[in-house]
Amino acid sequence: MKIVVCVKQVAVLGDEVEFTGDEREVDPDYLDFALNEWDSYATEEALRIREEVGGEGDEVVVVSVGDAQVEDAMRRCLAMGADRAIRVDYSRSADPITVARLLAPVAQRESPDLVFCGVQSSDGVQAATGTALAELLGLPCVAVVTRIEWEPSASRATVRRELEGGLLDLTEVDTPALLTIQTGINQPRYATLRAIKQAEQKQIEVVSPAEQGEPAYRVRRMFAPPKGEGAQILAGGPADIAQRIREIVAERLK
Amino acid sequence: MNGTLIVTEHLRGELRELTRELVTAAQQLSGPVTLAVIARDPTEFDVNFQGVDEIVNVPLGQEEFENDVYQAALEALIADRQPHAVLLGFTVNSMGYGPAVAAKLALGFASDVHGIALEDGAVIATRSFYGGKVDAELEFPADRPVLLLVRPTAFAPAADGGNASAREFAVELPPARARHLEFEEAAAGDVDITTADFLLSVGRGIGDKEAIPQFEQLADKLGAVLSVSRPLVDAGWMPNARQVGQSGKTVKPKVYLALGISGAVQHLAGMKTSGTIIAVNTDPEAAIFNVAHFGAVADLFDVAAELEKLS
Repeated sequence: MKIVVCVKQVAVLGDEVEFTGDEREVDPDYLDFALNEWDSYATEEALRIREEVGGEGDEVVVVSVGDAQVEDAMRRCLAMGADRAIRVDYSRSADPITVARLLAPVAQRESPDLVFCGVQSSDGVQAATGTALAELLGLPCVAVVTRIEWEPSASRATVRRELEGGLLDLTEVDTPALLTIQTGINQPRYATLRAIKQAEQKQIEVVSPAEQGEPAYRVRRMFAPPKGEGAQILAGGPADIAQRIREIVAERLK
Repeated sequence: MNGTLIVTEHLRGELRELTRELVTAAQQLSGPVTLAVIARDPTEFDVNFQGVDEIVNVPLGQEEFENDVYQAALEALIADRQPHAVLLGFTVNSMGYGPAVAAKLALGFASDVHGIALEDGAVIATRSFYGGKVDAELEFPADRPVLLLVRPTAFAPAADGGNASAREFAVELPPARARHLEFEEAAAGDVDITTADFLLSVGRGIGDKEAIPQFEQLADKLGAVLSVSRPLVDAGWMPNARQVGQSGKTVKPKVYLALGISGAVQHLAGMKTSGTIIAVNTDPEAAIFNVAHFGAVADLFDVAAELEKLS
């Protein structure tokens, strides 16, 4: 049994932002990086399934697209318990369809029983890479999954799809399949210090990127969003702020 | 290529308001606006809005959404209509097939789009990056349609009173590889947060499950109802019934006081039309400040302690 988990190292903007000279990207000096939260749930789910219904030789393989820097995020997955990691060497920012095209040959090569992607990334919030990848792999797809029941011998899985308002759609899907994993499906485990240290030593396979074709979009300009009327800043210390809040509330609830 | 093709958003027999918003979005583009209804009985939905030039009804042999079926229907519609742009809503259903169509047909693509324009005949879309902290204008490949998933509430709803003609478009539909079995409603909780005048809403910033009682107490003292953002429900600290956001409840209280909530897109979708929004967060760039009427960059525990004293 093999589960491929596609993961992303996401960028987190801090307190300030500056743009590059051509105004098409954020200056990388203003970015911090982390494993995409959805992907830690996806990794945990793959590990849970391997522990519950897997056996000797079964594997959880994480795949990511990016430059050497994204290996930090991949090592977190290895530290959680993933068996192998493969990085598609690619250093530009890419739209979700392009990322799917870069992931596809690697996922294909692994012949997985299941492919997991996070529903979305916290920085891009496109919620598209997984569904696009399923299409390229010719796999059935269910997006926004909050529960999975599956055994390696079975030709289908029963999953729960989470719709707006918390409505749940119980769905049966033929397997192999690609599922996009929603937060809250499980409680991702913490890696032990020992596991983290061991993961640092693990070899990550690096592959060259396949042909990507034309990108699905091109950023022509990136900018700070217009603040509109803007939030009126409540100044001063906590006591002043609390006082102002109390006044505003009293006024608005009249 | 000609005009805009919109796919009607509906769920469990109810037309979603988002469909009217897509019609408004389409007015930014050129050419006829075609509204497709893909459903068991498409004629059940009254979609004759102002700005719609043509309605195309695609009947299905089934009641509920299945992504393979909707994908086949949309691909057939695109082949038939050759639209310049295709608009879907940024919804869970559309996430299940929209990107697949884009990948299969190598279309231009972007999702969570909140602005659309036409410049020299080319579509320009605006969306946010870095968790809502920056915006960007996108260009698309020139020689093929672009498929966009549009953010709910980004456009005003189109009014009734259009006079489009409707026609039926039969599509050969494949067997679905992912099949709907049944629905489960979200559990109703002890409190209906959608009826509260004043919501005290806490997010990841409270740090720990152990902090919850303190905020329950504060809500009581303030005369507010306690609500939460998604991470607290994911962690199992609070039930879904208390959650504000796209996968929880949409609320519109007179006052929404957000403590330690960053303002993720799907959270804002659930509360941004609140009467007065007050946000407290240590991150001055938090997206919540883009919708707040009043904001304080401060530690929520310090402010909460002071609010407690005043009550």
